[in-house]
Amino acid sequence: MGGREATMVLLDENGIRCDGRKIDETRKIMIKAGVLKNADGSAYIEFGDNKILVGIFGPRDVHPKHMSDTDTGILRVRYHMEPFSVTERKNPAPSRREIEISKVIKEALEPAVMLEKFPRTAVDVFIEVLQADGGTRCAALSAASVALADAGIPMRDMVAACASGKVADTIVLDVNNEEDQAGQADMPIGYMPNLKKITLLQLDGILTSDEFKKCVDVGINGCKIVYELQKKALTDKYFGNGSN
Amino acid sequence: MENKRKYVIPGDLVTTGPFRPEQNVILEGKNIISTSIGISEIYDDSVRVIPLTGKYIPKIDDLVIGKVISHSSLSWELDINSCYVGFLPAQDVFGRDFSAHADELSSKLKTGDLVAARIANFDRTRDPLITISDRDLGKIDSGALIKISPSKVPRLIGKRGSMIQMIEQGTDAAITIGQNGWVVVSCESPEGLLKAKKAIQMVNEKAHVANLTDQVKDMLESKGE
Repeated sequence: MGGREATMVLLDENGIRCDGRKIDETRKIMIKAGVLKNADGSAYIEFGDNKILVGIFGPRDVHPKHMSDTDTGILRVRYHMEPFSVTERKNPAPSRREIEISKVIKEALEPAVMLEKFPRTAVDVFIEVLQADGGTRCAALSAASVALADAGIPMRDMVAACASGKVADTIVLDVNNEEDQAGQADMPIGYMPNLKKITLLQLDGILTSDEFKKCVDVGINGCKIVYELQKKALTDKYFGNGSN
Repeated sequence: MENKRKYVIPGDLVTTGPFRPEQNVILEGKNIISTSIGISEIYDDSVRVIPLTGKYIPKIDDLVIGKVISHSSLSWELDINSCYVGFLPAQDVFGRDFSAHADELSSKLKTGDLVAARIANFDRTRDPLITISDRDLGKIDSGALIKISPSKVPRLIGKRGSMIQMIEQGTDAAITIGQNGWVVVSCESPEGLLKAKKAIQMVNEKAHVANLTDQVKDMLESKGE
């Protein structure tokens, strides 16, 4: 935050944002399930200019063995950004930020995944960000959830994620990179649409309590839009030429 | 209640009301929710989802095909295409009078050998115990191994074995299906073997298609001319 380009108009008088969207509009989202042959489950998401690939292995043997849990399976998530995913080369070694995002995505998926059915095993989630443009953690979480379903890991519900935020004193849906840099607040939300439960909620910025409530509501609406696309991705892959 | 079938993904509501949740469904309040991608079925008073994807989870009495990955002086370890390794104790092969000093395990089964086996025991706390001391079980000497998705095994067998019988009759092949998705085909004639392989792959790829039996039948007959 802090405003890199003070001249940029984030929101004009007609309620149109810097990339031409309305305040309650998401970027263009495309999700595809089962794109990798060698992984047990996979998904690819394009969320605006974000391009993210997720591969799942498991349930499988835990190595190192001391990490395994005799009561339940464990979930391991690696979020990784490619060196070419941002404008200036990123060091491929895991950064502080990537370790944090791996942790929050893991914790956002855990309430949905029923790992207690597979004691002494691990499910590995590998998230590769090919191109980043703000809101990668939400896009990555949405794709990871599709990939887990594709791998056939039992889940209570899908996890859909979308960010909302405050830009030019207005609550908007799906904050992009420019708005994230110059805006006032950014709130990623992970949501289980059928169970109506929030699994991820972060907030970077300052909101009043009214704004906070509105921001959560707007974010949840975004998650519902993402959920429909997740559903479509899985239906297309598994029931493509059948009818319901 | 009629047998209503529906395509579902995790989180989808299958039905509400007093039903018994069976495979791949959970009860959330009054709602019965699917936990897998699959086809939901309501039978009498029970609800289940037949999964279309997922790993093989061992079940007692399942016939599986395993591959020997290693052995110690007392037991073999078998890859059974699951998240757990199969455990085959030496007594099962050598008999009660097995002695770790006198008997060499690799004389009976070597690393890489294929074995038809049955799950003797399995629970959450232990790796599956398997046995080969039964009729039709034991080392597989010849045939071609085909790997299909474990969730499609019931489709390959068909209703009361109809699909597999049709393939066997159409090609004169002997087919052993492991519940873990590994299938061994042996056939005298190379054409029959190829045709049986193709039929099995076809079931694997088109498991959700309604008139699959007819399609497989057409394929088997067309090549036979």
